[in-house]
Amino acid sequence: MNDFRLAIINTGAANIHSVEKAVRIVGGDPIVTTSADEISSADAAILPGVGANDAVMQQLVDRELIETIRDFASSGRPLLCVCLGMQILFESSEEGELPGLGVLRGRVVRFPSVTGNSNGRRLKVPHMGWNKVRFLDDLVTRHPVFSGIEQDTYFYFVHSYHCVADDASDIAATSPHGIEVCAAVVHDNVVGTQFHPEKSGRSGLEIYSKFLAYARRRP
Amino acid sequence: MLTTRVIPCLDVDQGRVVKGVSFVDIRDAGDPAELARFYDSEGADELVFLDITASSDARNTMVDVVERVSAEVFIPLTVGGGIRSREDMRRMLEAGAEKVSVNSAALANPKLIEECAEEFGSQCVVLAIDAKRVEEPAMIERSDGGSDIAEALWQVYTHGGRRATAVDVIKWSRMGAEFGAGELLVTSMDADGRKTGYDCDLLRTISSQVSIPLIASGGAGTLDHFVNAVTDGGADAVLAASLFHYGELRIQEVKSHMAESGLPMRLVH
Repeated sequence: MNDFRLAIINTGAANIHSVEKAVRIVGGDPIVTTSADEISSADAAILPGVGANDAVMQQLVDRELIETIRDFASSGRPLLCVCLGMQILFESSEEGELPGLGVLRGRVVRFPSVTGNSNGRRLKVPHMGWNKVRFLDDLVTRHPVFSGIEQDTYFYFVHSYHCVADDASDIAATSPHGIEVCAAVVHDNVVGTQFHPEKSGRSGLEIYSKFLAYARRRP
Repeated sequence: MLTTRVIPCLDVDQGRVVKGVSFVDIRDAGDPAELARFYDSEGADELVFLDITASSDARNTMVDVVERVSAEVFIPLTVGGGIRSREDMRRMLEAGAEKVSVNSAALANPKLIEECAEEFGSQCVVLAIDAKRVEEPAMIERSDGGSDIAEALWQVYTHGGRRATAVDVIKWSRMGAEFGAGELLVTSMDADGRKTGYDCDLLRTISSQVSIPLIASGGAGTLDHFVNAVTDGGADAVLAASLFHYGELRIQEVKSHMAESGLPMRLVH
C-alpha cells in the first residue's frame, strides 16, 4: 500500500496543479512528472489536459511519451484522463493536425455551429458551465470510478470539441448540449471524463477519491 | 442542458478581500480562502476574484491568494485585475485559476487575447468589458477632415472604469470573440451599484451577436433582476458583489428563485 505510486502526467497543461490539489485533498500522494520511467513504473496515472490538441500532442511527442502512455493504457493499470486528456485518447481531432493516441477508436469533432435547444435559444460554444451527467450503465454494472454517483449529477464542463466514439460501448456517460455529448468513457482500465472533476465541487472530488480507491485495490 | 451560473465577485486588495462578507459568522471576513469556502457551501457556481491592488509590486500576493483558495475550493475560479501579459496569465493558471480575465491590456493590445487563447485555450480567456451608455453621440473625425456621428450606444471604459475610450462595446465584444476570448464579462457602469437591474439592452445586444458565453455584471438588486438578465438579456451567467457580501440576497435563494422561474439551475443542498 505504501509503495503505491500515482503519476500525474505533466502535459504542460495549465490545470495540472488543480488536479494535483484535488488528488491530495482526497488522500493521494501523486508525483507530477514528464519522465517516461516514472510513468512506466507507476501503479496508476492521471492524464490531465486543457488547451489545444496540437499543443498537448506536441508536448507528448517532444517528451517522447506517446508510446509510454499507450503502453500504460494497454498494461491494464488504471489511467484517468481528464478533458483534453480524454480527447487525445481518440485517433484524430478536428482541432488540430497531430493524431491522437489512438487508445480508443473514434475522433474528436467541433460542436455543430448551428445547434438549438428546445427553447429556441442558440447554444453557446464553448460548452462552458455545469451540466447534468447521465451514466449509461446502471449502478450494478457501473465502472468503480463512477459507482454510486447519482444520475444527473452536475459536473463542470469547458470544451469546444467533443468525442465521437466508434464503439458505443466505450461511452460511459452523456450530457445534453444540443446533442448528447460524450461526457465520460470507460474502456477496461482506461477512464476518461470530458468534464473537470477538479472543478466540480464535492461530486468531482468523489471521482478522484473513487479512482484512488479503484487504483489501490488492484494487485 | 447547461445551468445558469451564479457568481459572486470578490475584490482583493493586497491579498485581502475588501467589502468582505459581513452578515454571517465568519472568523475573518478579509480572508479570501474563508470567503471562497463560504460561497462554495452557499452554492456558488464559480468565483471571480478581482485584484484591485494599485501597486504592481504587491501583485505576487494575488498568486498566493489563488494558490491558497484553489487548494481548498474546487469550483472554477476566475482571476482578473492587472493582467498584462501571457506570463501574468500563466502564473495565475498555474496557481490554480481556471480562467483569467483581461481588460485594459487587451484593449491596448488585442493580440494579447489571441496569444493567450493559442497558448492556454480560449476557455481560459475571459474578456472583461466595462460599458457605459453614450450620453451624447460622439463626433468622430474622418481622415478627410470631416466628421461622423458615432453609432455606438455604449462605449468601453478601461482602468477600472476611470478612463473613457472611443471604442464601441458591441464591436469590441465581437472582436474579442474573434480574437479567441472564451467568455465575456460585461459590467454596466450605469447600472453598477444602483440595484435597479442589469442593463438588459446591453446584454441582449451583445448576446444576439456573439456566440461565446456572457456573464452579466452590474445592477442586480432583486431576485427578478437575475432572471431578467437571462430571459431578457440572454446572459449565461449572472454576477453580483456587495448584494451577496452584505447578505441582502443569499446565493441559494437567488438560485431557487431562478429555478422556480423555469431556468435550469444547479441546486445544492
